[in-house]
Amino acid sequence: MNWGSAAEFFAMGGYAPYVWGSYCVVALCMIIEPVAVRARRRAAAARLKALEGAARRTASEAAA
Amino acid sequence: MINWFRFSSPQTFYPLAGRMVPWFAGAAAILALAGLYLAFFVAPTDAQQGESYRIIFVHVPASWMSMFIYLVMAGWAAIGLVFNTRLSYMMAAALAPTGALFAFLSLWTGALWGKPTWGTYWVWDARLTSELVLLFLYIGVMALHAAIDDTRRADKACAVLALVGAVNIPIIYFSVQWWNTLHQGASVSVTRAPSMAAVMFAGMIVMVFAFWAYSIAVALARARAIILERERHSGWAHELAAA
Repeated sequence: MNWGSAAEFFAMGGYAPYVWGSYCVVALCMIIEPVAVRARRRAAAARLKALEGAARRTASEAAA
Repeated sequence: MINWFRFSSPQTFYPLAGRMVPWFAGAAAILALAGLYLAFFVAPTDAQQGESYRIIFVHVPASWMSMFIYLVMAGWAAIGLVFNTRLSYMMAAALAPTGALFAFLSLWTGALWGKPTWGTYWVWDARLTSELVLLFLYIGVMALHAAIDDTRRADKACAVLALVGAVNIPIIYFSVQWWNTLHQGASVSVTRAPSMAAVMFAGMIVMVFAFWAYSIAVALARARAIILERERHSGWAHELAAA
């Protein structure tokens, strides 16, 4: 174990801004990216459903 | 024998990718937790750099993945140009944003590591400059694709750009040997034992595998989104979206 206390852990031997500045940005990016990708796929799926709905309406209007 | 071309159809690939994503995402999470434990609680303080060296556990994986993803992207681009398979271009397009993200993270963590160890966030040294060029290449590929309306023409133009840009990868890799760089030489190589403590090396490798699994999961998930966007005129895409 490297750390005597939680404060020591967060201080990172005086390098806290550099170490946590690196890890926080990496973590943030690797959380945001999958969320954005999921939103992109859901948007594409929703658009397909809307297209299909529009196509159905046109078909039923043509039949009537 | 497996008929690989069967999987080159977006229709068969879409559900297959959907089944693979959770496994790679889960592997990435478990490996990242193990890697972070090694990085912060097992690996000792560095004798010269103190705690600042702990940036290595994200800096090296991000840098390696930024280069490796580029090679995979260029590989898919080449397959697309040779066989004219739509899915290859989709995979190339799915990899570019993740590669750009890792190139950015490589530069960001490198800057934050450079300040305490070199006394500067940035120098125009060969390693740093060629990595910056890599970031611009990724952005260039994405911008070029967005600028051309005809998707098939955009795919081909981007494939050529990706292939030409691949020359930058060996330049990044060997920059620390070819030029006198402020950036240190390779600590890890295939031909000799790593010049770092075994436990530090273990933590780094576990993080590399975590980043690797993450990249596969995100690229497959993005490929699925791209399939739905591009195949919107086909009947099976509508069925998939409804499911």
